[in-house]
This record gives sequence, C-alpha cells and structure tokens, in this order.
Amino acid sequence: MLGLGVDRLQADINRLLASLFHQGVLDEQFLQLQQLQDETSPNFVYDVINIYFDESEKLLRNLRLLLMDREFSDYKKIGLHLNQLVGSSSSIGARRVRNVCVAFRSASELSNRPGCLRGLEVVEHEYHYLKNMMHELFQLEQQRILAAGVRYPM
Amino acid sequence: MATKSTGGTEKTKSIEVKKKLINVLIVDDDPLNRRLHEMIIKTIGGISQTAKNGEEAVILHRDGEASFDLILMDKEMPERDGVSTTKKLREMKVTSMIVGVTSVADQEEERKAFMEAGLNHCLEKPLTKAKIFPLISHLFDA
Repeated sequence: MLGLGVDRLQADINRLLASLFHQGVLDEQFLQLQQLQDETSPNFVYDVINIYFDESEKLLRNLRLLLMDREFSDYKKIGLHLNQLVGSSSSIGARRVRNVCVAFRSASELSNRPGCLRGLEVVEHEYHYLKNMMHELFQLEQQRILAAGVRYPM
Repeated sequence: MATKSTGGTEKTKSIEVKKKLINVLIVDDDPLNRRLHEMIIKTIGGISQTAKNGEEAVILHRDGEASFDLILMDKEMPERDGVSTTKKLREMKVTSMIVGVTSVADQEEERKAFMEAGLNHCLEKPLTKAKIFPLISHLFDA
C-alpha cells in the first residue's frame, strides 16, 4: 500500500515535469541540473533553484524601479540586468523566461519604453508561473520522500 | 571571501580510474553560477574554491602561494572583470589553465579580446560537464 503512495507521487512528478518540458517552460539544461544531484548533495537542485529565485527577484525589482521612474533613460542598465536574467535562466533551463527576457532586451536596445514596460510584464508573468510550478514540483518531491520513509511495524 | 568544496575519485563503468584531484578556482559574481560550477567540478573529480570577482582572484594569488590547475573566469564582473583579471594574473606569472566563461550576449570582438588577455580556452554559458571535460581531461593525469 505504501509503495503505491510513493509510485503515485512519482507518477505525478513525472507528469508535471513532462508537462513543463512540453510547454517549453523547462529545457534540457534542467535535466543537467538533476543529473548533477547525488546522495552527497541531495538538495542541489532545490538550492540552485532557490538561488535563482532570490537573484531573479532582485533583478525584476530593479527593472521595475528603473522603468517606473518618469526620468528614466538608462537603457544600458536595463540591458545589463536582462543579460544577467537571460544567463541565469539559461543556467537552470528556464527556457520561456529566458526567451521573453531576450524579447524584452530587444525593446531596451531600441530605447522603446512602452515596449520595455510590456516586456517586463511578460517576464514577470512567466517568472511567477515558473516559480509556482517549481514549488509544486518540490512539494511533490517532499511528499514522495516522506512517503518513502514511512515504515509501519509488521 | 573564497570558499572550498571537495570532489573525489571517479568510477568509469566498472573500472576505478585513479585520477589526480584537480584544484579549481571559480571566479564569478553570480552565486548561481558559482554553485553550479562547483557541483560540475565536484562530479568530474575536482576540488574548488570560489571568488566573487576578479579582485578576490588577484588577492588569492598575491602571495605567490596559490596553485590552481584550472581557473574558470567569468567575463562580466564588478570591481574587476574577467579580461582585466586574466591580464593581471598572467602579468603575475600565473600559469594555471584559464578558461573564460562568456554569455551568449557577448560579441565576437569581446570574446577575442578576452582570449587575447591570456585565456587558454573560452566557453559559453551554461557550462555543462560535457562542455568542460574534454578541455581539462589532461589535467587529471597524475
């Protein structure tokens, strides 16, 4: 019975991951992260994804502050922040976030403020979707680990 | 400040290959990349230290005692970037293999200038085991 619980959770995890790959939310680089994780670093993927969330939220906050400023004209700074976001998104396999950042960057290279504001909204939307999906994935993983660890006396 | 993490011997199929443990310095301002590259180095059989920018990397070498088989050098960093750091380390007679790490946004002329600063190789992010191992496999020969 217990085995069924673990199997069901694993199936849920596999289904969620397959869906995220199918939607293009994640790409092959995410698999690279999973392959690096081992018993000596069992929380590696979780740690790296959380670093990504922390750093990305700082960058998104800075981007919003820059663009909300009526006197804003520093498109070079926007470009630098976006380069960082593109790079870190690529590093974890966050393909859709990466792609919308690239589109946003094109608007900043043209000094197109309305385009940048639209770009920022799209990036924030994709980022939050990814974050929610990752939380769901980690919750399922946690439940699976707990279910695998439960032992009843014979 | 620089930090250390350790790797180990690697089993290849059913044969345990005795390899030298390579000593790597990871120079990157991005904490995500530092963690990722640390893990890559650990899984291919190395120990690593990290530096948050080029200035920290230079300070590590100042007393002449630092000895790294490999330095992974990010290009864009605050305080001292990868190009300036590489030039400075070569001026200091550092003979470690230095592999530059660039991003897809870097132009060809920027990569060329980075190579000319004294790199042995240049790789584009994201780094993977498959990208890095062929360049450094000879470093494992004891």
